Amino acid sequence: MSLRTFLDRLEPEFEKGGKYEKYYALYEAVDTALFKPDRVTGGPSHVRDGLDLKRIMITVWLCTFPAMFVGMFFIGKNANEALLAIGQDGADGWRGFLISLVAGYDPNSIWDNFVHGAAYFLPIYATTFIVGGFWEILFAAKRGHEVNEGFFVTSVLYSLILPATIPLWQVALGITFGIVIAKEIFGGTGKNFLNPALTGRAFLYFAYPAQISGDQVWVAVDGYTAATPLGLAPLGEDLGVTWMQAFLGNMAGSVGEVSTLAILLGGAVLLVMRIASWRIMLGVFLGMVGCSLLLNVIGSDTNPMWAMPWYWHFVIGGFAFGMVFMATDPVSAAMTNTGRLWFGALVGVMAVIIRVINPAFPEGMMLAILFANLFSPLIDNAVVQSNIKRRMARNATA
Amino acid sequence: MEHYIGIFVSTIFIENMALTFFLGMCTFLAISKKISTAFGLGIAVVVVLAITVPVNNLIYQYFLREGALAWAGFPDVDLSFLGLLAYIGVIAALVQILEMFLDKHVPALYAALGVFLPLITVNCAILGASLFMVERDYTFTESVAFGLGAGVGWALAITALAGIREKLKYSDIPEGLRGLGITFIATGLISLGFMSFGGIDL
Repeated sequence: MSLRTFLDRLEPEFEKGGKYEKYYALYEAVDTALFKPDRVTGGPSHVRDGLDLKRIMITVWLCTFPAMFVGMFFIGKNANEALLAIGQDGADGWRGFLISLVAGYDPNSIWDNFVHGAAYFLPIYATTFIVGGFWEILFAAKRGHEVNEGFFVTSVLYSLILPATIPLWQVALGITFGIVIAKEIFGGTGKNFLNPALTGRAFLYFAYPAQISGDQVWVAVDGYTAATPLGLAPLGEDLGVTWMQAFLGNMAGSVGEVSTLAILLGGAVLLVMRIASWRIMLGVFLGMVGCSLLLNVIGSDTNPMWAMPWYWHFVIGGFAFGMVFMATDPVSAAMTNTGRLWFGALVGVMAVIIRVINPAFPEGMMLAILFANLFSPLIDNAVVQSNIKRRMARNATA
Repeated sequence: MEHYIGIFVSTIFIENMALTFFLGMCTFLAISKKISTAFGLGIAVVVVLAITVPVNNLIYQYFLREGALAWAGFPDVDLSFLGLLAYIGVIAALVQILEMFLDKHVPALYAALGVFLPLITVNCAILGASLFMVERDYTFTESVAFGLGAGVGWALAITALAGIREKLKYSDIPEGLRGLGITFIATGLISLGFMSFGGIDL
């Protein structure tokens, strides 16, 4: 007598009206532990977790806060130090007026630095939010879909990758391009193929190169020039910062990208909550390390960028920010697990190649991610096709 | 050798036929609905380009160029005005052969490509590559690298577009933009992505 028939014979005893009716749960537990039940879940199926789009997006939004606040602090600190260096006693215009209401210009005061940075970052963020929100709502009302929290993420990521001195009308133009051309005409969140924040940033980069790159833009003081470490590196000059300074964020750059430490804090939360894909981050990191090691070995007599070690690539420029927040965008990245690793590796390799080999662009992360976005459907397709092929082979022999 | 690899890589990425010169757009937009077909057409274009550009190079070097006929005893003859005619003739003949080959051996691809296979003849990317070859005065070996690179770059671009268009099937595009409209916009965005290479000098 097999176990199955034994259990089947016992079953009537445990069912309603049987002798051991009370112990049905026990019987059922033993039965279903030993054999696969033939019943399927009726009614509302089990919810493993209430993680929906809303919570995902809000979490990402919150995770950018460390980078945002630390970034504002250092933007303000650099600006205050620059003011001291050129002997001015305050910022001009409406920003100066706003700052004078609540704080001074002392580069040693945390509060003063923070307020000065906020006076540059908050108007950018507000412009992004108002203009981008206008387009979101317009499309949502016209097309009959809802405005969802994806916009929170797009707007904050977009503001964080702009230099502090960018004119606000350009901010408005860039977010318009990003939201409308890269996202809404494809049907809104989840239906686009390029990262909208990066597309807007890239649009500005090619349309108004003077205001978004070069030495004038990174420190929020008129007439004060400071190059980013990535701008200095190809010239073979001293980067002007120590590794620790770059890791903490005390250098020239866009608001969100300066502090690798703060970005990694946000990234750790994203990984623990399983919102961002660790495969993509690992792929980006390994791709960057592999490619820069390879270039280190090849070497070049004329271009000192070839010799830049991977731990420097990691902390300067937008690499960490792109790896944690941009490449992991679930919509424009590859969707399959194997594909995510390849996608990430493509981003990492391309970023280093553009930084090192292309003299036209000091920073490659933005363009590398956009480039990889273009190929993510193909990567997915290749993964799916190879899975199909493998299973066909397996089933043919079985 | 490095020089030829440089030409090959820069024609794929930096001076991509489809995405920086916007050549061959008719087939690029029409045959990019499915990855498999787009890939097939891409391979066909690679084959045609890899053969026609070097063949046209030989014709240019030994028949058409000013003084090219010196070997036949006519050092003053300049037949370069026959260029367009000769290049198109070579391309048409080659496409015809390719068509017969596909019909016989790969009927599925032949059926999928339909009228666009004979239309490769008038694909501006193909003629464009031959004209670029003349303009830049490539030698025979350079023209092999250039033809191959131009084909691979075009194939890469159309396959990427096909991947994106397969993904866009799930998008909710405003009615007026469905079909070609969104494809134009997608092509523009793809070439924005390819800007990452602009400025590299190989």
